[in-house]
Amino acid sequence: MSFLSALFNSMPGAVAQGLIWGLMAIGVYITFRILDLADLTVDGSIATGGAVAVMLIRGGCNPVLALLAAFAAGMLAGFVTGMFHTRCGIPAILSGILTQLALYSINLRIMGSKANQAVGVDKYSLIVSQRYVREFSGIKEFLFKNPLPLLLALTVVIIAALYWFFGTEKGSALRATGSNPNMARAQGINTNSNIVLGLMLSNGLVALSGALLAQFQGASDVNMGRGAIVIGLAAVIIGEVVFGKLFRNFALKLLAVSIGAVIYYIVLQIVLQLGLNTNDLKLITALIVALFLSVPYWKSKMFRVKAQKGGARHA
Amino acid sequence: MLELKNVCKTFNPGTVNAKVALNDLNLKLNDGDFVTVIGGNGAGKSTMLNAIAGSFLIDSGSIVIDGQNITNLPEHKRAAFLGRVFQDPMMGTAPTMQIEENLALAARRGKPRGLRWGVTKAERADYQERLRALDLGLEDRMTAKVGLLSGGQRQALTLLMAALQQPKLLLLDEHTAALDPRTAAKVLELSDRIVQEHNLTTLMITHNMKDAIAHGNRLIMMDAGRVVVDISGEEKKKLTVPDLLALFSHASGSEEANDKMLLS
Repeated sequence: MSFLSALFNSMPGAVAQGLIWGLMAIGVYITFRILDLADLTVDGSIATGGAVAVMLIRGGCNPVLALLAAFAAGMLAGFVTGMFHTRCGIPAILSGILTQLALYSINLRIMGSKANQAVGVDKYSLIVSQRYVREFSGIKEFLFKNPLPLLLALTVVIIAALYWFFGTEKGSALRATGSNPNMARAQGINTNSNIVLGLMLSNGLVALSGALLAQFQGASDVNMGRGAIVIGLAAVIIGEVVFGKLFRNFALKLLAVSIGAVIYYIVLQIVLQLGLNTNDLKLITALIVALFLSVPYWKSKMFRVKAQKGGARHA
Repeated sequence: MLELKNVCKTFNPGTVNAKVALNDLNLKLNDGDFVTVIGGNGAGKSTMLNAIAGSFLIDSGSIVIDGQNITNLPEHKRAAFLGRVFQDPMMGTAPTMQIEENLALAARRGKPRGLRWGVTKAERADYQERLRALDLGLEDRMTAKVGLLSGGQRQALTLLMAALQQPKLLLLDEHTAALDPRTAAKVLELSDRIVQEHNLTTLMITHNMKDAIAHGNRLIMMDAGRVVVDISGEEKKKLTVPDLLALFSHASGSEEANDKMLLS
């Protein structure tokens, strides 16, 4: 019984974390699914977002402005990766790794050469905080103190904004760039600048998520992004596996990614409550993502074998 | 209209794999010319089209369209002047996007893309009419993903897209080679219709000599990276396949080339 109540108590926190990582995963979706390129910058840019927001808030900056600044910092990181890739001809995956590595040093500099910087909710006004995640005492308290309604609203607003953007001429050009670069160029679309734009947008969102995460946890950490790309991919894939058949609309697909992240954190919470060693977390995450990534491959192989057998029978 | 002057292109220069693809190529097209291009494998036909389209920059020479020198213009900027259909049906369309979205992308070729909606209501009605004229049933599947279409349907759609924003020059690179004979004939007929309707200046590569004779008002034959035969008007109308073969062996100075060209 204590297991169930502990699990129940940990759920709001898991959902909140899932929603924050969901924004990050939507960023990953933009590069991985729309641009069709794996961008590893995110491991660095999520920590950059956290570092920028925490340092600004500590310096007395308005937390909303700090979020915007984190978004801008993430866009800059994406811009650098984009330049490595499109102007220097470095493969996308390597460009991301280079920026990610460089960001480690940059993030340390942002945080005044410290590996982490605290931002207490008592001292500073924060947008979201873990402390109030179980705050259900009244409607007013729930709406304004509890991070869940705000994170939900933010997720909806960001999905709506992206839905709008990818429906415009510019957004369509970006989608065409990912879908078929040859066709895009033949239709007068500058594929290089669109790749850069996509990377900027993606990393901006990732850094925004990092800024929220740092506030939620009450500190930014130079290592907070380690393996972030894998969590992002996990969310994308869980969302597709669970809602792929149901959600056809683009906005719903983005929503599925966010829900995917929430599912990931709920499952994580359950296995942790069951007594899993936290140190093994990354190993298990990696294995789960590898499993889900291989599903489409194995599926296509199996279906082909079946089709051949079926064909032989009819012949 | 189009003028290629002393165009040279060597791939992998300075290595054992060096290949002279275009060798001092000269070609001048007049307004409204529909030129069919034939030649053996490696004659430089596709390389010429790709050089015009800007898939790579040429080593020397110049490319001028309608008085504008485009020799050093990047591919996406030249696209404003060009309509292209590729040999591979997969290449001309965005498979994960809808039919109407593909058309809308093509309709904005050469225009600035801003934050207006990617497909407007008025456009939709227009596209539906144009698709209906193709007679492939696509007008009822406007929001279907292009990846679901057959090769022939895709080539027809790509043709429509190429002409949607009146290009100065239409480049058809063996665009029926990957299709079955019946579909190929249909797509070829559609090409003729679109070229006539919009009075497009066209370069069409084909491996089929009968097609090369039957279509267009002018025929050029390429060999070793240059134009070796250039026939137009009445003279072209009277051409036969044996005539062409004789011309080819005369121009390239080898009998063997005959078979090579027939087989390829």
